[in-house]
Amino acid sequence: MTAFLVRRLLSLAFTAWLATVAVFVVLEVVPGDPALLMLGTEARPDTLEALRAQLGLDRPAPVRYAEWIGGLLTGDLGVSVTYNRPVAELVAERLVITVPLALGALALSTLLALPLGLFAASRHGRAGDWAVMAFGQLGIAVPGFWFAILLILVFAVELGWLPAGGFPGWSAGAGPALTALLLPAVALAVPEAAILARVTRAAVLDTLREDYVRTARAKGLGRRAVLGRHVLPNALVPVVTILGLQFAFLVGGAVVVENVFQLPGLGRLVYQAVGQRDLVVVRDVVVLLALFVVAVNLLVDAAHAAIDPRPRGAA
Amino acid sequence: MAGWNGGVRAAVLVAAWAAAALTAALPGAAAAEARRDLVVGMQLEPPHLDPTAGAAGAIDEVVYANLFEPLLRIDSDGGLVYALAEEWGVSDDGLSYTFRLRPGARFHDGTAADSADVKFSLDRARAADSVNAQKGYFATIDRVETPDPLTVVVHLTRPDGLFLFHMAQGDAVIVAPESAATNKQKPVGTGPFRFARWVAGDRVELERNPDYDGPAPALDRVTFRFIADPAAQVASLMAGDVDTFPQFNTFEALDRFRNDQRFRVKTGSGEGETLMAINNARPPFDDVRVRRALAHAIDRAAVIEAVTAGIAPPIGSHFAPHRAGYVDLTGLYPYDPDRARALLAEAGHPGGFSATLKLPPPIYARRSGELIAAMLADVGVRVSVENTEWAPWLERVFRAGDYDLTVIAHTEPLDIDIYGRPDYYFGYRSARFDALMAELETTRDEGHRNALYGDAQRVIAEDAVNAFLFQLPIVTVEKAGLEGTWQNRPLQANDITGVRWRN
Amino acid sequence: MTAPPRRSWPPSLVAGGVLTLLVVAVALLSLVWTPHEPERVRVLARLRPPGPGHWLGTDHFGRDVLSMLMAGARHSLAVAAAAVAVGLAVGVPLGLAAAARPGWGDEAVARGADLLFAFPAVLTAILLTALLGPGALNAVLAIGAFNAAVLARVTRGAARQVWRREFVRAALALGRGPGGATLVHVLPNVAGVIVVQATILFAVAILNEAALSYLGLGVQPPAPSWGRMLGDAQTHLFTSPLQAVFPGAAIAVAVLGLNLLGDGLRDLLDPRHGAARVT
Repeated sequence: MTAFLVRRLLSLAFTAWLATVAVFVVLEVVPGDPALLMLGTEARPDTLEALRAQLGLDRPAPVRYAEWIGGLLTGDLGVSVTYNRPVAELVAERLVITVPLALGALALSTLLALPLGLFAASRHGRAGDWAVMAFGQLGIAVPGFWFAILLILVFAVELGWLPAGGFPGWSAGAGPALTALLLPAVALAVPEAAILARVTRAAVLDTLREDYVRTARAKGLGRRAVLGRHVLPNALVPVVTILGLQFAFLVGGAVVVENVFQLPGLGRLVYQAVGQRDLVVVRDVVVLLALFVVAVNLLVDAAHAAIDPRPRGAA
Repeated sequence: MAGWNGGVRAAVLVAAWAAAALTAALPGAAAAEARRDLVVGMQLEPPHLDPTAGAAGAIDEVVYANLFEPLLRIDSDGGLVYALAEEWGVSDDGLSYTFRLRPGARFHDGTAADSADVKFSLDRARAADSVNAQKGYFATIDRVETPDPLTVVVHLTRPDGLFLFHMAQGDAVIVAPESAATNKQKPVGTGPFRFARWVAGDRVELERNPDYDGPAPALDRVTFRFIADPAAQVASLMAGDVDTFPQFNTFEALDRFRNDQRFRVKTGSGEGETLMAINNARPPFDDVRVRRALAHAIDRAAVIEAVTAGIAPPIGSHFAPHRAGYVDLTGLYPYDPDRARALLAEAGHPGGFSATLKLPPPIYARRSGELIAAMLADVGVRVSVENTEWAPWLERVFRAGDYDLTVIAHTEPLDIDIYGRPDYYFGYRSARFDALMAELETTRDEGHRNALYGDAQRVIAEDAVNAFLFQLPIVTVEKAGLEGTWQNRPLQANDITGVRWRN
Repeated sequence: MTAPPRRSWPPSLVAGGVLTLLVVAVALLSLVWTPHEPERVRVLARLRPPGPGHWLGTDHFGRDVLSMLMAGARHSLAVAAAAVAVGLAVGVPLGLAAAARPGWGDEAVARGADLLFAFPAVLTAILLTALLGPGALNAVLAIGAFNAAVLARVTRGAARQVWRREFVRAALALGRGPGGATLVHVLPNVAGVIVVQATILFAVAILNEAALSYLGLGVQPPAPSWGRMLGDAQTHLFTSPLQAVFPGAAIAVAVLGLNLLGDGLRDLLDPRHGAARVT
């Protein structure tokens, strides 16, 4: 187990380093001058020079890369070019929106998907199964941003129950803040739930086919008991794997959903930063996201090893 | 079975979460008296809040006149009114301006706003290391003198007809030396509202400044919300999240708001000359017949109808129709595809040619561009459209002049002089035009100036430098019962000092 | 594991095949016939509701929505197909090579795929199109990069399993080189997995193309595209909500068809799936 973890950690570090190089190189060649963007069409050349010097953009690329990596290693993420504030501060502000949003969506999708998947498996081949499978297929096929738009149309504009978008800030109280996050969380959760329900159903069906389940059934154990004691723990293995993968999708989906709902989360921050050529923010956030995804995958692998009830090496 | 328990707990949590959310969403008891708060919708979030260190219009839209004051400011009709100065005078030779400051004016941190602050602000804007986006506004200043705490004398190197106008812009607001470095995040000005908080990515909140020495505003709290997406702008108004949306540009939705008693739609005149810019320096566009052919090929009325729901005033040159000196040149190149084809043939392109059309992000540019591409295809000009973001547009099109055609609104007021700038991205050179600009620079008689402006408009229209489309309309959609918001938009600002709810 | 004696066509294969054929047929038909010219602008006839003359109404420029949807099918399918082709052309050889020669090359392919997976796909696409500029070709490359990573990983995994089998070892022992063994023995045995994966990636590519076009980064006007139609319709959501329904539904139908087709193919090619019975 230790050897496994060390190997995975080394591989994680390597991937992270590759990510920094990839991001830096890509951003170096992207056209667009942040100084020109900030000062606009009437700026004079000497003013632009002054601003570029102030932003540190006049130094050679390798120097800037070294400074960036040095800063990352010591926890200094640098200062945003457009907002003129430490990136760490900006990220922290956005995380208090994106993390509850992703967790809420994850909880909602799990709560929706696990019972649906179990239900479908237990009704295998019958109407209930077909209904869940249809939901699964539709949930995957419908574009997420379209679903989000329809939610706004129904719940914000027609019914007027929930705000159409925006975020009042946690300082405005938990009620308004959670209200603002409800529709986005649903928009994120439903497509994920569709995938998860399918995986759960398939995993349960696979497990039901295993010999020990047949044996348990043959020994006269009740259907419920078999499901709870044998099937579910085993079926959880692929489900947890998908949950881990979904976190990456949730982060990606958050970029789009946060834009539709005008939520000032991490996804919107990076999307806007790309447009504003705030390269400091883009490279930091992209690398942080990549690190996060890789770390989640590592955790999933570890969880995998921990919950898999089958003997080691049987895979 | 641990998984099940966990699931149940999570279910309870989510149920509580949903319940809390729904409860919070229920409308509160109707207020009996007039509201004293306001939510203003804006398209873009300002990158920071210091108008003296950035060109982003969104900065002025939050702070101009509300939080920061220049010496003089511009009112809703485009006229100059007093702000931090309560009196001004100019010497006979036009070389020195004297401003008398409001004696009670104080910065939000409690320090007095006096002549030293004015001198500091003007000197900072024109210093060698200045990052003021409009450093040119201060170029004619020779020196600033402060005979006493309430008097400022500005000496110019030469007469400057636009000096006062420039001093009334957001780039010329008066800041204090103590707070100048931190204004980007925590702006400290002299206006009737002071900074309260900034929820990054979503809103900036201002609150009434209780120590303001002028007339107190009718609002206690103003929230500026940033909603970039056109559909979300409509949704936020429909859902009642936003009270007023100045610079509303989802024109297609206007009929919906016009027919709804809860809303009021105000249309005003703005400074945005919207045009299809043509790279005059690049063949085949260096041939005036080709440029005239493009002008004839565009059905301006159809563009205005489709892009602005028919509300935008057409323009035939680079000048705002509501300004004195405007000349109507919209009839110069009537929509005539046959004439366009004939001109192209005459210029040696009987089969047309291919070109690219680069479109920056605003919806008016994308929509106009797509429509124009279809119209040009009709006369044989095969246009491939390329949507670009602002940063590459500025770098490639605006700075490097690397483009064929592009659609853009020039929102600087009275900016016809750009046609005389060497190396400007239009690639246009005209001795006639340059002579007019030189004469304009030294002319102070209003009638003569307007005549010169008229000639300048004719020159660029006859040369068909660009295909002139329309004046970008200024549309405000707001809740019925709101009073005092600007109808016109002589500069990019949301002056809410005179806004109140009627009850 | 005993294979069932006879298998009928999986229902999802039939349903998916029919839907996919329908979309492809519409796309092909649009080459020769659409009710109106899809790019023909008629400003005064804009935002018409569905009715005779315009069965699905007109858009904000007065273009016929049905004609645009038909032509849009062509563009969406073309971009998605090209993106899958890029993925196949790059990912499959890489995966096969990695499996054939374990060592640093194998490691490099695995890490390269890890690297691409570390970034959310939408973000990768946005960054790449920001770098390359918007347009159909660049959308193909941005989506293709993701496809290549998926296919490389899937091919490598499947091929490694084949390499462990006796007959491949026997072939190697008989003097066949790794290249020859890959072509003769490994590729035919992983083809099924690749076909299934490619079908599903096709569906994902349509969704990604729609997202990119929705953000204005994909197929450029005036060529109609489902994603951009959706983006354009969003501004008319409150006056003409149907405008947003039609392109969304078209995307959903195409993706649904391809996903069902992929599931059906998997059932057909991998009998372990779909044959389960709850006792």
